[in-house]
Amino acid sequence: MKEFGYQRAFDVSGAVALLDADPDARVLGGGTNLVDLMKTGVERPARLVDVRELPLDKIELTDDGGLRIGATVTNSDLAVHPEVRRRYPALTQAVLAGASGQLRNMATVGGNLLQRTRCGYFADVTKPCNKRVPGSGCPAIEGEHHNHAILGASEHCVATHPSDMGVALTAFDAVVTYETADGPGELPLTEFYLPVGDTPHLETALPPGALITGVTLPPAPVTVLSRYRKVRERASYAFAIGSIAAALDVRDGVVRDVRLAFGAVASRPWRARAAERVLTGAPADAATFAAAADAELAAAEPLPHNAYKVTLMRNLVVAVLTELTEESTR
Amino acid sequence: MAPAPSSTFSAITLNINGEKHTLSVDHRTTLLDALRERLDLTGTKKGCDQGQCGACTVLLDGRRAVACLQLAVAAEGREITTIEGMAESDQLHPVQQAFLDLDGYQCGYCTPGQICSAVAVIEEHAAGWPSAVTDDVRPEAGPPPLTADEIRERMSGNLCRCGAYVSIVQAVARAAAAEAETTETAEAAA
Repeated sequence: MKEFGYQRAFDVSGAVALLDADPDARVLGGGTNLVDLMKTGVERPARLVDVRELPLDKIELTDDGGLRIGATVTNSDLAVHPEVRRRYPALTQAVLAGASGQLRNMATVGGNLLQRTRCGYFADVTKPCNKRVPGSGCPAIEGEHHNHAILGASEHCVATHPSDMGVALTAFDAVVTYETADGPGELPLTEFYLPVGDTPHLETALPPGALITGVTLPPAPVTVLSRYRKVRERASYAFAIGSIAAALDVRDGVVRDVRLAFGAVASRPWRARAAERVLTGAPADAATFAAAADAELAAAEPLPHNAYKVTLMRNLVVAVLTELTEESTR
Repeated sequence: MAPAPSSTFSAITLNINGEKHTLSVDHRTTLLDALRERLDLTGTKKGCDQGQCGACTVLLDGRRAVACLQLAVAAEGREITTIEGMAESDQLHPVQQAFLDLDGYQCGYCTPGQICSAVAVIEEHAAGWPSAVTDDVRPEAGPPPLTADEIRERMSGNLCRCGAYVSIVQAVARAAAAEAETTETAEAAA
């Protein structure tokens, strides 16, 4: 590991000033991803700004009935919060489906959004990788890619975003707030991650030196009936090969409102708006659900070893929406 | 303006099992390496050193965490509990005793991490935390019974290369039941 400086920040302006002064500084939250990548040499920061003691560890109701989640709230505290469990159950399920109890106690909400792909070529500094070394190539396209992207990828990178939490947040229209030396800003999570294109090393729309301060969830009655379903290669403590966050409001057999996002299929949590358009106002039945899945997955460009994900996601959409429909009429 | 050069060492004080330890650390030092190599607290084991096996599980401010991904310098100011801090003088922690009584191990290398994790699992469950296998996570549904499925899910961050999982699940269940009984007795007496 490369040597680095370490500073602990106690207020947001102090943290932002430290980040602004050194372009090679990185934010340390729980460290569950960053420290691991520093050990392997993928990340080589000159200094770390430890933000765990910033006063950003609260979950509060907003005036309009939404929820404001501080950036340093741990995954565990987010998952077990009564209002999250009551109003956004799929978010609790998504967080609990990720990592292990130990890692969820360490990891933070801001860090979760900024975590890097678990693509094996990205993690191995002896291999080319356009995300790690721009222009060096992408061995995954011809190589090991059974858990890589089927949506929104490019010839330069087919890596997926590994977050479970982010999938539920994306479905529920979360907005990321941040602070910079020039003042605060915000980005809807659906615009937070940049398209892959020919710049897979540029991952987010955050300005340089920005510090994520929190995530705001707008009020949405539909999220009360929601579910996160994750498919993986072992029962627990593994990344998804496909996942879905869904919320559904069905009345008199018709879909009144719906939120849908996919995980482990793209470089970002994938909001399934094409599917949502098919669903809204349509009969809540298996035929509609399958048609909605097909509308979203029409844009899929699978590789030889991950084509199974198209079928997997189609089945997940139908299964989870069917379960939510049954639950809503109970 | 170029940033001022930053020191890559710090003098820190770690609060471990109720005792303060002052040492100078290279910032690259993980809490795991500080415990084992600098402070001779070798009960915490190094398995994968990348957060995947749970052998290095300790408690930070009462919550379980992997010491291999925790920088020592960032652990200053936190209450650190290792396996060496679990027993009360000669009296083993009930979770330690349950692992002994039910053979919750074979080679024993993962055991300190398993025990630290199990102690926290029992507290998390007692606090009403749901898990990924909890059917209804809404608070109104109440805490889920600590079934074998719940224990397996909650303990999934601790791998056992010998495969002693069957006995580990039984040991956690027995310790949790004993703890619940003690709490009930104390509440009845109050």
